[in-house]
Amino acid sequence: MGQNPYSPHTDADRTAMLARIGITSVDELLGAVPADARGPAMGVPAGLSEAEVQVHMEQLAALDRTAGAGPFFIGGPVQRRYIPAAVPVLALRGEFLTAYTPYQPEVSQGTLQAIWEYQSLMSELLAMDVVNSSMYDGSTAVAEAALMAVRLTGRKRVVVANEVFSQFRQTLATYAKGPELEIVSLPTRELAAGAAGAACLIVQHPDAFGTLVGVRAIADAAHAAGGLCIQVTEPHANALLDPPGALGVDIAVGEGQPLGIPLSFGGPHLGIIACRDALVRQMPGRIVGQTVDVNGTRGFVNTLQTREQHIRREKATSNICTNEAIAAITASVYLSLMGPGSLRAAARIGVARAHALADRLATLPDVQIGAGGPFFDRFALRTPLGGELRTALLADGILVGEGIGRHYTGCGDGVTIQCTELTTDADIDALAGAVERATARRPVAAR
Amino acid sequence: MSGRVRFETGAATAMPALEPLLFELQRPGRSGRHVRGGDEADALIPAAFKRAVPLPLPELTEPQVVRHYTHLAQLNYSVDAGMYPLGSCTMKYNPKINDRAASLPGFADIHPHQPDETVQGALRLLYELQELLAGISGMDVVTLQPAAGAHAEFTAILMFKAYHEARGDAKRRRVIVPDSAHGTNPASAAMCGFDVTTVKSDARGNVDLDALKAALGDDVVGFMLTNPNTLGLFEERVREVCAAVHAAGGLVYGDGANLNALLGVARPGDLGFDCVHINVHKTFSTPHGAGGPGAGPLCVKRHLEPFLPVPRVIKDGTGAYRRETAAEHPKSIGRVRSFIGNFGVLVRAYTYIRTLGEEGLVETGRDAILAANYLLALVRQSYDVAYERSPMHEFVLSAAKQKRQGANGLDIAKALIDEGFHPPTVYFPLIVPEALMIEPTETEPKETLDAFADALLRIAKRIETDPKSVHDAPVKAPLRRLDEVAAARKPVLRYKPA
Repeated sequence: MGQNPYSPHTDADRTAMLARIGITSVDELLGAVPADARGPAMGVPAGLSEAEVQVHMEQLAALDRTAGAGPFFIGGPVQRRYIPAAVPVLALRGEFLTAYTPYQPEVSQGTLQAIWEYQSLMSELLAMDVVNSSMYDGSTAVAEAALMAVRLTGRKRVVVANEVFSQFRQTLATYAKGPELEIVSLPTRELAAGAAGAACLIVQHPDAFGTLVGVRAIADAAHAAGGLCIQVTEPHANALLDPPGALGVDIAVGEGQPLGIPLSFGGPHLGIIACRDALVRQMPGRIVGQTVDVNGTRGFVNTLQTREQHIRREKATSNICTNEAIAAITASVYLSLMGPGSLRAAARIGVARAHALADRLATLPDVQIGAGGPFFDRFALRTPLGGELRTALLADGILVGEGIGRHYTGCGDGVTIQCTELTTDADIDALAGAVERATARRPVAAR
Repeated sequence: MSGRVRFETGAATAMPALEPLLFELQRPGRSGRHVRGGDEADALIPAAFKRAVPLPLPELTEPQVVRHYTHLAQLNYSVDAGMYPLGSCTMKYNPKINDRAASLPGFADIHPHQPDETVQGALRLLYELQELLAGISGMDVVTLQPAAGAHAEFTAILMFKAYHEARGDAKRRRVIVPDSAHGTNPASAAMCGFDVTTVKSDARGNVDLDALKAALGDDVVGFMLTNPNTLGLFEERVREVCAAVHAAGGLVYGDGANLNALLGVARPGDLGFDCVHINVHKTFSTPHGAGGPGAGPLCVKRHLEPFLPVPRVIKDGTGAYRRETAAEHPKSIGRVRSFIGNFGVLVRAYTYIRTLGEEGLVETGRDAILAANYLLALVRQSYDVAYERSPMHEFVLSAAKQKRQGANGLDIAKALIDEGFHPPTVYFPLIVPEALMIEPTETEPKETLDAFADALLRIAKRIETDPKSVHDAPVKAPLRRLDEVAAARKPVLRYKPA
């Protein structure tokens, strides 16, 4: 024995434990297990020492090209942003990381206060009344928001803009299969016209291509038709743009990864969902509330739990149990460190770099930037190469966003270019030069 | 937690408090200098879109923030600090090498939209993990996409729906769950648009097979079963249960919350289940993160493969790894989250499985079962045992006797806090009155198990002689009992300035 390096039992311990139970082997406890199924081979390779496993993991990791290894313009819901040094030091402390869900509040005040503060900080950023303690990611937050709207309105039609992130729309379509919702996709500019009979209009601002969208008119149209308005937002944009709460939005959702959480190939990330006070009883997931203990000392507890699966079972607002709490705490630490000043600066630099880059690219022949309207910190770059531009740029070591034509309907083709505070002047030079070369390489006849 | 050093910040709080709020610590004008610049952006955003409402985020310096979260951290119980005997939650030790692996730049600093050829290491890891989990669960194919156990349940029930519909069988509208099921099971079925039928357990803690057969019919989508179940008991007639569901045309979902007990003991795929999810944050030692993230890979038999979410990782003829496209998988239910899974969590699980190896996993299951049975032997003299059978990795006591004496399960839970332990799961499963559901896991030393048993015995003795003495517990935790009724009646869900 002694095969699991984290098991503390010596052979003498095991013998003593078996004796106390009154048996001589663990096999005597397995009588209920069908004999022919017992002790299966699992096909797992033999165990490794810690040193061996570290080397193996380093070798695997070395096969990946990291975002920081060269010019990097991929973004969208997941953004490469500066993470202050203190963020992981604090948020990944063992007392947070290895704690369980705070069902015993007397010994979980660290978690509970940190999450209540997350709810508070996010409420301020979005200017919304209530934020829950997290969803799995931005896409499931969108889907759960739509389900909220369906419950609140009793309608089964959900109208979503084509310019919402493609992965969000795809997840929404999956979630709609259960209750058999009707999903209607429209260009953002026609969204308001689709309000009649809809449980909600789902708009993204800034949209998947960075375009600024007039949300208020869409919210007004939804309300006039008796439906709700759901806005997909992103954290940094709210530092500079009017937030959902100021635009008449009922439910705001988004991906919280840009708030100090590593890219990590797509997860774990942070689903943000926020709503107006009047809708809180339909909110999915855990919510932390303030209270006092018997001595009158301030404390925090999970609250409004009659919405949740462990109390209401099939009548719960959602099945979510395990969520992304440590990501919410990470976002909270990030916002505390950045404050309004550094948060605004990070957002502004992304905007400034994106516009500087767009100006450079716009001077090239056959290049089109965005849709002509105002944009935030990313834009659609359309060239005669379409989505293939991505492959051409990869040969120069430059990474850009996914091909638009493959993932979006009615939005043309091209690639998305995201800038953040980590985009450098050298990156901009590299991309502008590479686009010029890639488009010039094409035979004139094909241009 | 008693004797915790108290740190004074001098900040005024709205009421007596353990630690000021960020909003109480802040002063306008304080800031770090984490990022600066970008002023030219103001001219680039049209006025109609600019934020006109205030942005009242707290203004703090880094030293204040560091102290704030350090103070908060010290208010928490955690696996790093002590035993966490939460039944069905498998709060085993979380190895640090797993965290280090997940933080390697080659894993932490890669974007999900990067082309496959730039993320071959990550894709190879995911591919190998799919293969490892198939072997461990006894299933054929695996999706790593679900973010948690409940997410996997939802994914699977939606796949069941697609499976039946693909066979032209659209009349199935009911999902059956046992009365001992986790709340997520019926909630997941409901999210898929189905009605839920609950069947009772029999006198030995198994699913009542007759009740199940009576509930089955040609309108049944499937049956959701946790094995070992939430009483910690292996279903004695699991194959008959699965066969009965299959005979009615239904599918059997395996809730893998208790898979730790089965490692090297038996595989769900060999017992008749059509699929099983794995809570890697339980069985494979990834940290619970104060509530999440987890990851809930879903392992299925071949007949469910066409309906799996996209994308999975596949290996092509040249040995390169890539994410499959939706076009390659036309019957898929689609995507259940943005990207391929909670990758950082999956890296930790992979690291753990490679560290333990086959022989370590076998030892894990057996040690977990040994620890639970040993602990039960130590405490059974003082508490009612819900079902008189050898449990697997966890067991359920009832504090019914103590309740008659004047103290309930919650009092016992809170008294354990004063003894230096996190309480077990209480009041679940719902079918056991005053339930105390205890899972020690394989990583607690015998002397810690002895100390925990001694604490439970001491509390039972106190209740026999002076039940009122535990009504005030805990008295040694950072806070005393909290007023949860007031919190729900008049919700204060965010900071608002006085």
